[in-house]
Amino acid sequence: MEKERHVLVVFPHPDDEAFGVSGTIATHVQNGTPVTYACLTLGEMGRNMGNPPFTNRENLPKIRKQELQEAARVLGIQDLRMLGYRDKTIEFEDDEKLAASMLAIIEEVNPSLIITFYPGYSVHPDHDATGAAVVRAVEKLPAAARPTLHCVAFSNNCVEELGEADIVHDITPVADKKLAAIRAHRSQTEQMLIGMEEKLKNQDPQTMVWINNERFWTYTF
Amino acid sequence: MEYIDVKNVQDAINRFANKNVYIHMETTNGAYASHHDQSFFSAGAYIRNALVRYELGKITGTGPYRVGLKINLGWIYAEGLTHFEIDEENHLLLAGHDSNGKLAVALEISSTPFA
Repeated sequence: MEKERHVLVVFPHPDDEAFGVSGTIATHVQNGTPVTYACLTLGEMGRNMGNPPFTNRENLPKIRKQELQEAARVLGIQDLRMLGYRDKTIEFEDDEKLAASMLAIIEEVNPSLIITFYPGYSVHPDHDATGAAVVRAVEKLPAAARPTLHCVAFSNNCVEELGEADIVHDITPVADKKLAAIRAHRSQTEQMLIGMEEKLKNQDPQTMVWINNERFWTYTF
Repeated sequence: MEYIDVKNVQDAINRFANKNVYIHMETTNGAYASHHDQSFFSAGAYIRNALVRYELGKITGTGPYRVGLKINLGWIYAEGLTHFEIDEENHLLLAGHDSNGKLAVALEISSTPFA
């Protein structure tokens, strides 16, 4: 993995960073690269609340905020920003205002690499809208001053339309940190992990590939 | 959240009657339903902090339950409700959780706006 000056990660929900990119984040941190994580919402509209439910719609954001802080801690993210938007509403925000708020962070942090979702290929409307806002913000910079943009995509048609990911990081050396980040989002991941623990113990090949490979598409302007 | 106790919920509904109240209501299949099953038609609706006043509110059914509120010029209605809680801010929280515990519907009533 190339050494970066500063990495900026922009995702809408606590736990978006855990599955697809936490190994990449942990590796950058280990390399001594500062990482800023801007998380737009607190996942207020999450459907997972335990079974039986251990929380409720109104209390969920408080729990998810703590989980996000814990995930940031285990990954070594020192600059975590919670931007105060509301889950499932990002696409309805004013596009220009949202891009301006992304641009303000980019100009302040001055990252050499930004990681976000690939607009149009990231399934959840908040994912697509967040990626689109970041793209719009970076477009406002002169071409020579633009940081590299690595996008996460996972829609059913992403490989068909974008081709294979051009960046694949093997994050095996920091897999324990990645799993700790996933576990930190307990309210959202506990049930999924019940099915996965056995596969992890047996080093199930498919599960290990899913955990250890993080794929990105470099966005071209 | 606890399983709905009809008497507790009906008493709470009655306490909010004929007052200005704020409503949170949502239905959801989750944002990934159509991703996991492309034949699935995903639909949902959401309203937060609608200010209304109802003259009559009822919980009915044998579980999952239905709640209907007769408001000044119309109705509010939710079905599939399984759980309730009256939280420390005195919100009446009603929700329907599916067999995996995932929230599918919520109806909440408060005398002050939800945060």
